[in-house]
Amino acid sequence: MNAVELENAAGTPKAVALTKRVHWIGALDSNLRTFDIILKTANGTTYNAYVIRGSEGVAVIDTVKEGFASDFFARFESVANYSEIKVIVLNHLEPDHTGALPELMRRAPQAQLFISQKAQSMLKGLLKQEELRFTPVLTGNSVSLGDRTLQFLHTPYLHWPDTQCTFSPEEQILFSGDVFGCHFCDNRLFNDKVGDFRFSFEYYYSYIMRPFKSYVLSALELIEPLTISMIAPAHGPILRDRPQRYIQRYRQRSSPSLHSELSENQKTLLIFYISSYGNTRRMAEAIYNGAMQVADVRVSLYDLEGGEVAPFVDLIEEADGIILGTPTINGDAVKPIWDLLSSLAVVNLKTKLGGVFGSYGWTGEGVRMVEDRLRGLKLRVPISGLRVKLIPTDEEILECEAFGLELAKELMGLRGAREINFEDL
Amino acid sequence: MAKATITFEDINVTVTVPAGTRVIEVSEKVGSAITYGCREGDCGTCIMKITDGWNNLSEPSVLEDKVLRENMAGKHNRLACQAQVLGGKISVKPV
Repeated sequence: MNAVELENAAGTPKAVALTKRVHWIGALDSNLRTFDIILKTANGTTYNAYVIRGSEGVAVIDTVKEGFASDFFARFESVANYSEIKVIVLNHLEPDHTGALPELMRRAPQAQLFISQKAQSMLKGLLKQEELRFTPVLTGNSVSLGDRTLQFLHTPYLHWPDTQCTFSPEEQILFSGDVFGCHFCDNRLFNDKVGDFRFSFEYYYSYIMRPFKSYVLSALELIEPLTISMIAPAHGPILRDRPQRYIQRYRQRSSPSLHSELSENQKTLLIFYISSYGNTRRMAEAIYNGAMQVADVRVSLYDLEGGEVAPFVDLIEEADGIILGTPTINGDAVKPIWDLLSSLAVVNLKTKLGGVFGSYGWTGEGVRMVEDRLRGLKLRVPISGLRVKLIPTDEEILECEAFGLELAKELMGLRGAREINFEDL
Repeated sequence: MAKATITFEDINVTVTVPAGTRVIEVSEKVGSAITYGCREGDCGTCIMKITDGWNNLSEPSVLEDKVLRENMAGKHNRLACQAQVLGGKISVKPV
């Protein structure tokens, strides 16, 4: 049989068995085309929720988006009664997983709610219910359902601060939340039955998990030692056929690729510029020459006009520092610079070094604007941007070289201690 | 006016400031990598490590204490948007 039977003869949604004790009670949303503004999906998504039965009660793991609550409750009712619910686990508090929670708790007031330590303030913010009782949990905490156990794994920032995974050792199922998920809707549900969803899996990682690679690697340290027969994510196909492949893929995508080319001491510095009359380009070349004087800095110079944004984003992700050159036109930095800067939200820029320069004709605000943006993106910008009015003089070219030299020294930690007065800032 | 100094270890910069200055007022201007989210003591983004001069800081408020706890902050961690240097010397770095 290829299709999973999702409805009974009366057309009522029903639960789908993962194992004898574990059922999918989620919902299919085949009409969704845009998720969270930033993601597209060509065939919708699923909101996956699960119920697991132990000898001393059942647990519900996650719920669904509010508009799909009736499917969720109908599926739940096909395998359990509300009075049997001992435990509710939320692996992630985003509304597409918590939409049915208030009603579920109303129907099962005896249930104990388990959320991650970091989810506490968010739960109140989302549900606006001050009196909601819950138990915050961390790695090492577990809850017993008699002959079935749920172990909690603290896996923050995948992709919200609150995210966690829940593991059933007896079932060998990892309820992973958004980790290993994707926006793909196919009523056959299981990865060995559904259509080709590999692109959705990769795309989801690129936009949802990629900014949090270091957290993915920390989570994998907890996940990889587990004996896992099935991954039950909160979106997309349930991964029961060779689940390890997906775990390995996450490790692969979260590990840096460039480091293998560099010695341990080397750092990478990228200079991007765009120039209308060649003045900002001349500044860029001088900054490049200055930065090249510092040993162990691998400097690259790129004209933004000669490339697409996406590969530049890839480069920046693995660089230690970036310097951006923009002219000021009509009181603003130019669009190619903003296009690049608005595409960097998918990578982690925290603690990278930033610097900005540019030639201008009248006012020169562009450099300051880009500096502010870099700070907003959490780069450190320790050296004030360099601006030159129109064509750089020989003296100004030397200033550019010095600017590149100082930034490269800063990158290598060679600038030495500095003392500043607050009034001079 | 009473003075104090804040050293940002990640960039090796020491700033002399008026006593009572919050770390947030200085760190971005000098380019330290301490990063900010809400800037009002709620999100926990700006947790920093105090490496020296812990006792020269204002006491954390009830709200800051709660945010630090929720974010499982380590020993001698504070929110840079809340912590004020009251005098003497402190050294900080991003976590």
